[in-house]
Amino acid sequence: MNSKEITTQISKAADYLNLKKWDYGASFSNDYSVQVDKGEAKQLKASQKQILTIRVWNESNLVGITTTSDISESGIKKALHQANIASDFGNKNERTEFSPLAKDPIEVKDSKKRNPVGITKLLNLLREAELKLLESHESIKSVPYNGLSESFYERVYANSDGAFRSFTKSQAALYLYARAEEKNKKPRSSGSVKLGYGVEDIDIESCIKDASNKTISHLNYSSINTDKYLICFSPESFLTIINAFSSMFNARSILDGVSLSNKNSIGEKLSTEALNIYDDGLHEKNISSSPFDGEGTPTKRLCLINKGRLENFIHSESTARIFKTIPTGHAGLGSKVSVSPDWIVVEKSEENSALKKSLDHSTYEGEFVYIEELNAIHAGVRASQGSFSLPFDGWLYKNGKKISIESATVAGDIKYLLKNIVNIGSNQEVTTSGISPHIWVDELSITGDA
Amino acid sequence: MLTSQIKSNEIVFGSCNKDLLEEIIFYGIGLGADFVEIFIENTDNSSVLAEEDFITSVSPSFGKGAGIRIFKDKKDGFVSTNDLTKHGLMRSVSQAIEMLDITDNKKREVFNGLDKFRDYSSSKKNWINEVPSIHEISEKLLLSTKSLKKNNKIITRKGSYSRNLQEVIIASSDGTYASDIRLHQTVGLNVIASDAQYRSSGSRRFGSSGMPYEFRLWDHEQAANDVFESSMNMLYADYVDAGQMPVVLANKFGGVIFHEACGHLLETTQIERGTTPFENKLNEKIAHESVTAIDEGISEGSFGSLSVDDEGMEPEKSVLIKDGILKKFISDRAGELRTGHKRTGSGRRQNYSFAAASRMRNTYIAQGEHSKEDLINSISDGLYCKSMGGGSVGATGQFNFAVEEGYLIKNGKLTNPVKGATLIGEAKEVMPKISMCGNDLELAPGFCGSISGSVNVTVGQPHIKVDSITVGGR
Repeated sequence: MNSKEITTQISKAADYLNLKKWDYGASFSNDYSVQVDKGEAKQLKASQKQILTIRVWNESNLVGITTTSDISESGIKKALHQANIASDFGNKNERTEFSPLAKDPIEVKDSKKRNPVGITKLLNLLREAELKLLESHESIKSVPYNGLSESFYERVYANSDGAFRSFTKSQAALYLYARAEEKNKKPRSSGSVKLGYGVEDIDIESCIKDASNKTISHLNYSSINTDKYLICFSPESFLTIINAFSSMFNARSILDGVSLSNKNSIGEKLSTEALNIYDDGLHEKNISSSPFDGEGTPTKRLCLINKGRLENFIHSESTARIFKTIPTGHAGLGSKVSVSPDWIVVEKSEENSALKKSLDHSTYEGEFVYIEELNAIHAGVRASQGSFSLPFDGWLYKNGKKISIESATVAGDIKYLLKNIVNIGSNQEVTTSGISPHIWVDELSITGDA
Repeated sequence: MLTSQIKSNEIVFGSCNKDLLEEIIFYGIGLGADFVEIFIENTDNSSVLAEEDFITSVSPSFGKGAGIRIFKDKKDGFVSTNDLTKHGLMRSVSQAIEMLDITDNKKREVFNGLDKFRDYSSSKKNWINEVPSIHEISEKLLLSTKSLKKNNKIITRKGSYSRNLQEVIIASSDGTYASDIRLHQTVGLNVIASDAQYRSSGSRRFGSSGMPYEFRLWDHEQAANDVFESSMNMLYADYVDAGQMPVVLANKFGGVIFHEACGHLLETTQIERGTTPFENKLNEKIAHESVTAIDEGISEGSFGSLSVDDEGMEPEKSVLIKDGILKKFISDRAGELRTGHKRTGSGRRQNYSFAAASRMRNTYIAQGEHSKEDLINSISDGLYCKSMGGGSVGATGQFNFAVEEGYLIKNGKLTNPVKGATLIGEAKEVMPKISMCGNDLELAPGFCGSISGSVNVTVGQPHIKVDSITVGGR
C-alpha cells in the first residue's frame, strides 16, 4: 500500500468503527549499510521498515493511540480498534487536537533526494577509506568502529480533516573511528562522522583526514590537575551542551515540571547578551530536515535566545494552546505528544562589546582547556537540576603548546556556563547536530587524575 | 514502498511453519551460503504513564518482522523485513546472498532439514491473558504516585509501566528449530524535589521476565518511600570535591559499573574489534582475588533470563572471572566463528531488525564474606555510592558513571550527602582494586544498549570496596 492507499484504508476502517476523528503518522524506509574489518567485509545489512502510528478521538474527545509495523488491511483495522480502546484512558486534563497549521503550505526540498549506489559500491568505498586511514599514520592499528550507510525514506502525516502531507528523502552517513597504539602508552581513539543526502555528497577524504588527525593528536597525552580552567568549547561540544539542556526552551518540559524555565520565563536573561540561539530545522545545511513535525505543523526557524534573553519556547499543538500561542513545528506523535528541537544554530549577537576579543584557540598563548567532544551525556546531565559532570576528549593548551588530556571530566551548572561566556568565535562551523562558533567560558571545574 | 499482498505461504504464529522455513533455508544453502538463520518475531506491547494523580499516556503497539542472516566464510549479510510471506522471505535471502556477492552456487554445505521442534512457548501461551489489564495497571500506578506525595517539596511525581510480549521462531541450517514467548514487565518511579534554589531527583526501576503476576505483587508503598527518602536526602546536598579516593559501591544497581566497565570487554564482539585489553588474558589474573564474576541467563524471573537465546541456544551459566582469574568470554555464533570462543547462549538482539550479537544477560559479582559495615569502617576518607545513575564505556576502556545518591565516609562512618559525583576509570586498572566484597548480593533490572540494540539485562553485586578511583566533582 502506498501512503494514499493507507489513508483511504484508515478512513474506511474508521467509518466501520464509527470513529469520526483520526490522524496518523507513518514512515517507510529502506536502509543499506556496510562494515569492514581490515579490508574484509564484516557485516552487510539491508532493512525494509514501515511504522504506522494512529490516533483516534472517541465520543468524549479523548485520544487513544496505537503503533504498528503491520500495514496490512487487518493490521490497520487492529490498530484502529486498539487505539479506540486506549482512548478510554485518554488524558482528560490536557486535550489534544489537530494542529491548526496542519494544512498550511510546507517547503519540501525533494531535489535533494539521491539514488541508491548499492551495497557493492558502499563496500568498496568503505574498504578504501579504511585502508587510507590505516596508512595515514603508523600508530593507527585498526578502525574498530566504521560504517557507511544510505537510507531512503518517506514520511507521511494525514488526518480526517483532510490534511495530507508527505515527503521523501535520502541520507547517507560515514563514520570512521580509529584506534592508535604506541609502545608503553595507552591506546587512543577518535573519529569523525560525515553526513550527506547521498553517498556522492559525503566528503570521504575529509572524514579520513579528520579521523586521522584527531586520533594522532591524542597520542601524546598527560593527566591534568583538578582545578578550575578557562574552557574553549568546540562548536560540536557546545551544541551537545545546549541540546542536553534544551528543556529550558521546551514548553512540554515546563508543563511536566522538569525544566529550569517556567511559563513566565520569556524575557528572562539566560546568558551573556552576546549570545543568540535559534532552532532552524529547515536550515540548508541540515541534512535531516523535515518540512513538518509529527502533528503536521510546518517546520520553521525560531529564535530561542535573543541577545541573552529567552525569546520563545518550542511547542506542540497542546502546549501552544495552553501557552496561548501557535505550534512551532516541534511535536513528535505519541500518546503523550513530545516536543524537541530540530537543529540548533548558535551565533554572536550584535551586543558583543563585552567579550574578550583576544581569545582565539589557534593563536591564544595563555592556559586553557579545549573541549573537543563531550561524552556520556545520558549519564552526566541532570537537566531538571541544571548540573552536568561529563567526561570529554580535549587538550590542555599552555605556553602555545597543546597536549591531549588523558581522562577527565568537566562539571558545572548550565546557567553559570551561559552567563560566564567570555568569547564567542566569529566563524560558525557546521556539525551533525547544528551550527555554532567556538564558545569560551571562564572558571569551569575540571577533574583529572594527575 | 509496497506491502506485499500475497497472503498464501505466510509465516503464521502458533502454526507449524516447518515446511516453509525449510524451503527458505534450502534456497539460501542452494545459492551458496555457508549458513542460513531465520529469526521471526511477533510483538504485543503496551505502556502506561501516570503523572501526579492522572494517567497521561497509554500506548499499545504491535508488529511483526523477520531478520535473515547469511554467513559466507567469516562475513555475514543481514536483511530485515516486515514481509513474512514466502515471497518476502525468499527475496530477503536473495538480497543477503547478493550483498555477500556469492556467485559460486556450487552446493558445499548440506542442510538435512530442521531438527525436532523445541517449543519453549507451550506453557506461556496464556501469559497475555494473565498480565494485568490497563485498568489494573492504571490504578496501581496512581496509588504509587499518590504515595510519593509526602510533602510540598515534591514537585514532580511519575510512575511508568511497560509490558513487552515477544513471540519468536528461530530456524537455521544447522537444524535449529525453536519457538519461545518472552514477557518483560518493568515499572519505574521518578520524583523531583525542590526548595528555593535546591533541586534533587530520585528514581527507581523494577522489572521481571516471565512472571505475568509479578506486577500485582509489587510493593508500591515501599518503592515510593525509597524514592522519596533518596530525593529528600539529596535535596540540600553539597557538590562533592573532586579527587582520588576509596569508594564503597552499594549492591543491586551498583553492579552497573562491572557491567559497563568490564562486562562489555568480555563480549566476543570486542575481541572481533580488537578493543578489549583482555583479549589474550584467558586464565590470567585480571582482577583482585576477591572478585568472582558471573554472567548467566537462567535465574528464574530475572530481567535478563531466557529460555533460549536469539540464535536458538539454551543459555548457560558462565563464570567469567574466578578468584580474579579470567575464565571465559561471552560468545554468540559470529563470535565463535570469528574468535573461536564457544557460544554461551548469549546471542541477543532488540528485535528482528538487528543481527544477534554476544550480549550480557544477568551479570554480577559474586558475594564475599564482609558486611557492608566492614567495608565502610575500613575507610577513613572516601565516598559511599548508594545509588548509581547511568554511565558509559569508551572505545579504549575508560568508563564514567554518575552517582545519583552519595555520602561522604569520614573515619569509617557515613556523613554528609553529596551530589554531582562521577566515577571515572579504566576497567584494567580498577578491577585489581576491588579489594572487599560484601555478603549481600542483590540484582537489579536494566536496559543495555549496544551493537544489537537495547536488551533487557540484570546487573548486580554485593557491596564492594574499590581502594582508589577518580571521583569527578566540582
